Amino acid sequence: MVEGKILLAHGGGGRLSRELVERHVGPRFAAGPLEGFPDAARVSVGGASLVFTTDSFVVSPRRFPGGDIGCLAVHGTVNDIAVSGGRPRWLSLALICEEGLPLAELDDVLDSVAAAAARCGVAIATGDTKVVARGQCDGLYVNTAGVGEALPGFEMGAAKLRPGDVVLASGDLGDHGMAVMAARAGMNVEGRLASDTGPVHRLVLALDELAPAVRFMRDPTRGGAASVLNEMLGDRDDIGIVLRERDLPFSEGARAVAEVVGADLLHVASEGRVLLVCAPDAAAVILDRWRALPEGAGARAIGEVTRDRGRVVLETAIGGRRLVDVPQGELLPRIC
Amino acid sequence: MKYLDGFRDPDAARFLRRRIEAAAGRLARAGRSVRLMEVCGTHTMAIARHGIRDFLPDNVFLCSGPGCPVCVTDAGYIDAALELARRGVTIATFGDLVRVPGSTGTLAEARAEGARVVVCYSPAEALALAREPGAPEVVFLAVGFETTVAPLAALLRSAVAAGATRFSMLAALKTVPRALAVLAEDPEVGVNGFLCPAHVSAVIGAAAYEPLAERYGIPCTIAGFEPLDILLGLLDLIEQLADGRACVVNQYARVVRREGNRKAQAAIAEMFEPADAAWRGLGVIPGSGLAIREPFAAFDAERRHGVAVRPGRPAPGCRCGDVLKGKILPDACPMFGGACTPEHPVGPCMVSGEGSCAAHHKYAR
Repeated sequence: MVEGKILLAHGGGGRLSRELVERHVGPRFAAGPLEGFPDAARVSVGGASLVFTTDSFVVSPRRFPGGDIGCLAVHGTVNDIAVSGGRPRWLSLALICEEGLPLAELDDVLDSVAAAAARCGVAIATGDTKVVARGQCDGLYVNTAGVGEALPGFEMGAAKLRPGDVVLASGDLGDHGMAVMAARAGMNVEGRLASDTGPVHRLVLALDELAPAVRFMRDPTRGGAASVLNEMLGDRDDIGIVLRERDLPFSEGARAVAEVVGADLLHVASEGRVLLVCAPDAAAVILDRWRALPEGAGARAIGEVTRDRGRVVLETAIGGRRLVDVPQGELLPRIC
Repeated sequence: MKYLDGFRDPDAARFLRRRIEAAAGRLARAGRSVRLMEVCGTHTMAIARHGIRDFLPDNVFLCSGPGCPVCVTDAGYIDAALELARRGVTIATFGDLVRVPGSTGTLAEARAEGARVVVCYSPAEALALAREPGAPEVVFLAVGFETTVAPLAALLRSAVAAGATRFSMLAALKTVPRALAVLAEDPEVGVNGFLCPAHVSAVIGAAAYEPLAERYGIPCTIAGFEPLDILLGLLDLIEQLADGRACVVNQYARVVRREGNRKAQAAIAEMFEPADAAWRGLGVIPGSGLAIREPFAAFDAERRHGVAVRPGRPAPGCRCGDVLKGKILPDACPMFGGACTPEHPVGPCMVSGEGSCAAHHKYAR
């Protein structure tokens, strides 16, 4: 009965999201830079190699502990460029406003955009505004596109993964999703949980000459770390990933909210984190460099690439093993 | 979180695992393998989430029982709900039931065709809906075990007290101990020990399992839902079997008392009476259900709307029945993960968040 219609689950970052893109977008556009559906495309113009991406933001509520839709829209696009091996330079800003949106709120969002852009070293180079009648959108939707310079040395992809490679996380996972959910549900988290929304470009720039040791890099947004790692394995059925539950970085606040709502934090979005897989000998240096930055203070090695066939597996704290699958359906609509 | 972390402590888990291995070793030296059944859907989910089945000794087999209320609901019940929905009655239900297939479709499909199906997080929302000015006729799909029955009894009592005129319940309420007796008697199931549910036991009390342990010589251990609770429960069952004991042991004494929750029991007895109930996979078990008492017949959707719940026809090839009896693990069903997935479930065990097939698909493929 629901065949032939977009479901909320199509937006969840899980299996249906992937099906939507592969079946409907892929056949029409997948040749060229979009091939393989990277977070950002690599394009060349006159000998210069560029990274190009776009993202839309519909988060509800628009203001949440740790951020708002404005800074989120900057960080989201900056981060997609960064984890694709780019130095972010220019952003576009498009606003779709609902009739009746308070101008004071719009000003606050624009201030937040400006502050975030300054912090990320990007210029808002172009933009657009549209207004729709009351009830035809929910307050304010934001789209940003971004262009960055491709950094030298990055040659990432599933084909590069080898058993023994190390999986790193740059900090606590899932804070954004749980903070938004707590804000939406009016849960009192006693000030102990805030979104991690923030830029990760400095974490990428810090890799510098170690770029060739990086096999894979992604910011675990919708669908969480579980989706990123499963997607990373893609069609490789000769290797797998093992994560160690006791090494997974989760904040106290996110864990408490996840426990109440029954969420698996590996399925929950972060908006200021990097998951990176690198050659084993580079892991310690990368962790040192990340921990020297405030946004990487909580960086940890969380697992490694194994010879398990195409599976992401969790070694649980009590000594069991279980599958880490992509999320089914839609846990949290409008998380970003 | 400190109150939870204590029940997930890795060192304590290691200690319990060593003791489980020692007790299972005693059984192994006697040439014995044992089959333990976790009865409750929340246990099923926790066992899968923490990977407990993965490290149990080879001679300890842990199977899932009929403890997910959505899963054991017979296809015929869904058919009756569909019949009501098609007559224009507003159906209020917990979310999981919307996707459970009856003989002729699901409530989600009926909704897409225009039926009014409202998902509630609390049954109280259903009564509130029926009491709004100009409200439609509302039927709440009352599905559940003792844990759910107690609050439903309270809700029914308030509906009666408020003189609600447009509210009724389609009851498929079940009680756990008789179903366990049926499983204990079934040689094909061959269960040696029951890991008894936590919250159901909080209502019915540890004593409710005593006849089971005595009559069938099967140890029954009540355990909480945290990993250490479950390990402690399994350890106790394995030790009882190795010692040749068959007792009811309450490892969840911080919540469960021997006599249970008397107030909840009284509320249930006031509003409901024992009745036969149809269980998916197990068939009709005499006295294993609860029906609304005669004085409150106006709130019983079957009597109020003249619909009958008849035995339903499960989907061809679906082996949820064998899964619910613990005869097979979910992946032994030929449809598992292929024709039947969480996105496109064929059987109820794949629909419910507590279903064995859903747990297996999520954590153990």
